[in-house]
Amino acid sequence: MNYDLVVIGGGPAGLAAAISARRKGIKDILIIERDRELGGILNQCIHNGFGLHLFKKELTGPEYAKCFIDEVRELNIDYKLNTFVLDIDDKKELSVINSRDGFFKIQAKAIILAMGCRERPRGAINIPGSRPSGIFTAGTAQRLINMEGYMVGKKAVILGSGDIGLIMARRLTLEGAKVEAVAEIMPYPNGLNRNIVQCLEDFNIPLLLEHTVIEIKGKDRLEGVILAKVDENRSVIRGTEKYIECDTLILSVGLIPENELSKSAGIEIDPLTFGPIVDESLETSIKGIFACGNVLHVHDLVDNVTLEAYKAGEKAAEYIKKTSKERVLKTKKVKLYPGNGIRYVLPQYVNIDDLDNNLKLFFRVNDIYRDIEILIESNGSLIKKIKKNQVFPSQMESITLDKKLLTEIDQEILINVK
Amino acid sequence: MYDVVIVGAGIIGTFIARELSRYDLKILLLDKENDVSNGTTKANTAIIHAGFDAPYNSKMGYFNVRGNPMFDKICHELDVPFKRVGSLVLAFDEEDLRTLEKLYENGSKSGVTQMEILDGEEAQQIEANISKKVKGALYAKTAGIIGPWELAIALAENAMENGVDLRLNTEVMDVTRLNDGYSIVTNKGNIMSKILINCAGVHADKLNNMVSNNRFKIIPKKGQYFLLDKTVGNLVNKIIFQCPTDRGKGIVVTPTVHGNLIIGPDSEIIEEKEDTATESHRLKFIRQVAEKSVPNIPFDHVITTFAGVRAEPDTGDFIIEEAEDSPGFINVAGIKSPGLSASPAIAEYVVNLVKEIYGSIKEKNFNPFRKRVIRFAKLSDEEKDELIKKDHRYGNIICRCETITEGEIIDAIHRKAGATTVDGVKRRARPGSGRCQGGFCLPRVMELLAREKNKNMEEILKDGLGSYILTGRTK
Amino acid sequence: MDKIEKTCIICPIGCNLIIEKDPESKDGYRVSGNKCNRGLQYAIEEMINPTRILTSTVKIRGVSNKMLPVRTDRAIPKGKLFQVMDVLKELEVELPIKAGDLIIENISNTNANLIASKSIV
Repeated sequence: MNYDLVVIGGGPAGLAAAISARRKGIKDILIIERDRELGGILNQCIHNGFGLHLFKKELTGPEYAKCFIDEVRELNIDYKLNTFVLDIDDKKELSVINSRDGFFKIQAKAIILAMGCRERPRGAINIPGSRPSGIFTAGTAQRLINMEGYMVGKKAVILGSGDIGLIMARRLTLEGAKVEAVAEIMPYPNGLNRNIVQCLEDFNIPLLLEHTVIEIKGKDRLEGVILAKVDENRSVIRGTEKYIECDTLILSVGLIPENELSKSAGIEIDPLTFGPIVDESLETSIKGIFACGNVLHVHDLVDNVTLEAYKAGEKAAEYIKKTSKERVLKTKKVKLYPGNGIRYVLPQYVNIDDLDNNLKLFFRVNDIYRDIEILIESNGSLIKKIKKNQVFPSQMESITLDKKLLTEIDQEILINVK
Repeated sequence: MYDVVIVGAGIIGTFIARELSRYDLKILLLDKENDVSNGTTKANTAIIHAGFDAPYNSKMGYFNVRGNPMFDKICHELDVPFKRVGSLVLAFDEEDLRTLEKLYENGSKSGVTQMEILDGEEAQQIEANISKKVKGALYAKTAGIIGPWELAIALAENAMENGVDLRLNTEVMDVTRLNDGYSIVTNKGNIMSKILINCAGVHADKLNNMVSNNRFKIIPKKGQYFLLDKTVGNLVNKIIFQCPTDRGKGIVVTPTVHGNLIIGPDSEIIEEKEDTATESHRLKFIRQVAEKSVPNIPFDHVITTFAGVRAEPDTGDFIIEEAEDSPGFINVAGIKSPGLSASPAIAEYVVNLVKEIYGSIKEKNFNPFRKRVIRFAKLSDEEKDELIKKDHRYGNIICRCETITEGEIIDAIHRKAGATTVDGVKRRARPGSGRCQGGFCLPRVMELLAREKNKNMEEILKDGLGSYILTGRTK
Repeated sequence: MDKIEKTCIICPIGCNLIIEKDPESKDGYRVSGNKCNRGLQYAIEEMINPTRILTSTVKIRGVSNKMLPVRTDRAIPKGKLFQVMDVLKELEVELPIKAGDLIIENISNTNANLIASKSIV
């Protein structure tokens, strides 16, 4: 089986990437989705608030997904559901299975990785105690409650103030459960302000900052958790422990890009984003393999995922249309580094000669900062400086650099908080 | 009236049941839990010791050394993962080096073969990531790693294929002696048997004391562990022990048969026999001690922590005998480490005890083989294609992390001694044992259990009775 | 209830709004802590008539293990959220259904309609 472009993942990133490649003239596209329907995680995000930036409307997850699913159908883009990619090799050959076709190989000219991310489980944060039932990651609880219609408990504590955790606090409350508290180990919440207000404050659910769950109690079903306050080093402050009776613990302690397939192809992974290292075209370390959405880095707004995916689709289309001669190594490759106060920066490389006209950098800071300057520097000289009133680790920031500013640059670019 | 009732379906009970199923006997295997292998067997270091550690004149030493070479055959017959990867006991100072000599000598006396004392450099050559401070090591080639609950589950299945009855959720409340056997009072009614075998693990003292006046005590000892992701499973390729000292037996770092890394256990006498909670100060201690052997353990790759309770007899050694005052009542108790390693030899010995009691027992048609388990991820491309075309359920991936198919899960549910719970499925087919720990596949596994067992989703349990997952419909 | 603190959600800054009763002012409240005029409007709206869009699910007749996601087509008074949830508990829809289909008009007299937010055939 041969395709010009194979998109792995039929969530918001994969759908937008395929649409954009088709708009750029690529006819031969296949989307591979492992679940039963297109739309990915949006199908379980039944709350509103999607599309505010892109459509200037507040859509629910399924409504947002529908915009793109409808377009994929109108554009007659092929897709396979319940289909699983086992492996990709560095020649862009995919090993794929599904119940209908068995095991088969697909040779692609270009691949877009759009597999999304997964949730960090309890083990990843090492909460000691027993191992009863009643402990769910927020996304698993969301799927069970919203898509399948099952309640996961009656009295819940939520660990982590990520957006899905906050959203689940409201969902559980509306469906009749009591949410005792949301505990966040950091001194600031991890989710969006509007979710703190509309999911917690509206229902008088306490948000306990600098608190974490230090022990799990209960043999068969969860019976309670011990919460404690932590100091600035996130160490437990003795004497602050308190027992909260609950039958459910919801974990919203972070998302990790899911890159097992990328690794199988030998794609280089950034230890800071846990996603592939990409250049300004969102091309990974293997030519013709692109990445977008939460597989690349965890986004806070789906609108940004869509925009990123449009770009990946466009760039993959350009790649496919090039002759093999035109695909030769790009020139003047410059690395971008996160400096002081910056957790990560994307892309990790820029091929300056290949820039269309400007370069949009995305980054996250590692702490809350107020009244700061973001400095873009190379070889000791300043390229650009912008002022920010306030930046949060939970909010992705971006800066656009004009190509003109970059033409002279041939050394690493550093981005710093001052 | 049964000929033999075995109480406890852990590794010892299932092994004895399977070995006795070669004979013309009516056998019942009982367990109070809702699955086999749900006690000590499901939470231990999962290693087969060479046998140099236990004192040569002890039952532990005798059965360990005799049991070790028996694993290749049994694991082949039952299609259970087992690898003889070898073990190293590391020495860090002169005292440790003397301990290595003592262990070597003790092992030789017990009959352990293929042991070798290496110097620090040689040890590092065969195991690159151990500490540079290692001065020497005892290398035992016959040590191995195994799936302990997989073995117990396979033994139970094979025993049932050969006619053994299994009753789960059945707890012994009392036992009365009859003229020619025992009447066993359970929460599910009375059962009569000529021979009663006590394999009740940490509860073996309670059962013994219902029957015999020769009392003993089982002291529950908890051990805690880390389990690390497969991406770091090859940090070491052998079982890495430390020298036992009067301060403790040291912490083990070992790969598992599934490619993960296991680190532990500590040892702590506990009050409550089923307390398997982990504690942060204990885990911290394990971590520190383990780093002495392997300095750069990536603890950010921990996927779970767990604890197991071992049955420490107050006699100091395995108790494997017919109770003097109770003919036909056989204790197989206090089977602490190296109990797993000793289990095949213990089963063989207990079969002989049963033979002695009966005078003789007749052999019957016995099938030692278990139907092969299909492990989809391990098949070649062609085999995968062929399998899916034969049974389309093997084309439906349920667990993304471990690439486990619907077909494998359904097989795990429908085999004899099959899975009835989410963790039961996990122990047999491994969905949810990967890095996401069931985040994606939990709802799907529940759905399959509900469908195949004709139950409501709300009835599906995580593990033990009472471990319900859902509390009802939203609407 | 002389003084109420609220986090503003109009923009990412999230000003800490301090709202005080003030019979002198036009809307009856005095707001401080806001960096812009939109924050002021939000604060007063939240005091006079806080409204929210409600999203939830309803049962599908003859289908177990699958729910239909629904929403109100406009924001409803915050105080009526649970009243509407009680109505949803009793509802059952028939397939096929299209995203946007009206399920209940003017639900619980909120002036909002309950609509499907997903197409299910």
